[in-house]
Amino acid sequence: MSQYRLEVRVKPRPGLLDPQGKAVHHSLNSLGWDGVGDVRVGKAIYIDMDAESPDAALEAVEVMCRKLLANPVTEDFEVSLVGEAEGADS
Amino acid sequence: MKVAVITFPGSNCDYDLYKAAQQVGGDATFMWHRERGLAGYDAVLLPGGFSYGDYLRAGAIARMSPIMEDVIAFANTGGPVLGICNGFQILCESGLLPGALMHNKSMRFQSKDVFLRVERADTLFTADYEEGQILRIPIAHGEGNYEADRETLEALESEGRVVFRYVDSNGGTSDGANPNGSWHDIAGITNESGNVLGMMPHPERAMEELLGSTDGIALFTSLVASLQTS
Repeated sequence: MSQYRLEVRVKPRPGLLDPQGKAVHHSLNSLGWDGVGDVRVGKAIYIDMDAESPDAALEAVEVMCRKLLANPVTEDFEVSLVGEAEGADS
Repeated sequence: MKVAVITFPGSNCDYDLYKAAQQVGGDATFMWHRERGLAGYDAVLLPGGFSYGDYLRAGAIARMSPIMEDVIAFANTGGPVLGICNGFQILCESGLLPGALMHNKSMRFQSKDVFLRVERADTLFTADYEEGQILRIPIAHGEGNYEADRETLEALESEGRVVFRYVDSNGGTSDGANPNGSWHDIAGITNESGNVLGMMPHPERAMEELLGSTDGIALFTSLVASLQTS
């Protein structure tokens, strides 16, 4: 059993209006960043967990995403392993 | 007629809902979200508020509360369930209603009276209204922008499951009358079998002339009457 750190990126689905992204977009434009064409705001969730293997950890977090962390109606998600958590014994 | 009002940490319309149920002759009881068992209850009401501080997504954490397993079972056996505002968000998160409630298009929290058109007067919750009746009911939410995929929206419309729509005072739909950017101006919908209603506006805050409107009363009298005749 090792401890892994996983990163979940939850993003508004393409094509859906993202009012938060739009507000940030306007602010960036008003700061002078005229080249900014689109902004979408999502969130990142970091999870430290024990698992038998990196694949098992990834699989578990995918299930967490479908059950709780992302709303399938409005959000997409990506899960990646960002390393072994500190203090892991391998 | 026993009515359970479920209180989650962060609910803030539970007393209003309790009082609304009592006002029309219901025997209301508060239930804490960690309690279990809805045997003996005739209806379940999920109040507005900010359960769990709207962390993650509005309603997403409350949906995992122990009592929600019982609420889902109650609804699946035909028991009437009404979710208002955060209650509607919890119903969507729990899968009892389709779709999701996103941030208002304006990015502003909207707290004001709106006009609603009663699209269906043949539900458990709306029999004491007239179809096409215009109601004046307050809203107070930051995430009321109803969103669903195209098939779901088509099903909601073709099956007549849109119960309330945002309109102007003359009953017409327009961008200006829609406070949150909701698709098809949707303010309230039912599930397929019609026993679960979710709505963003607050009928429980429209129960007293002194407070500006009594247009919410008929929703609660409809519910009580449907339970007495069933």
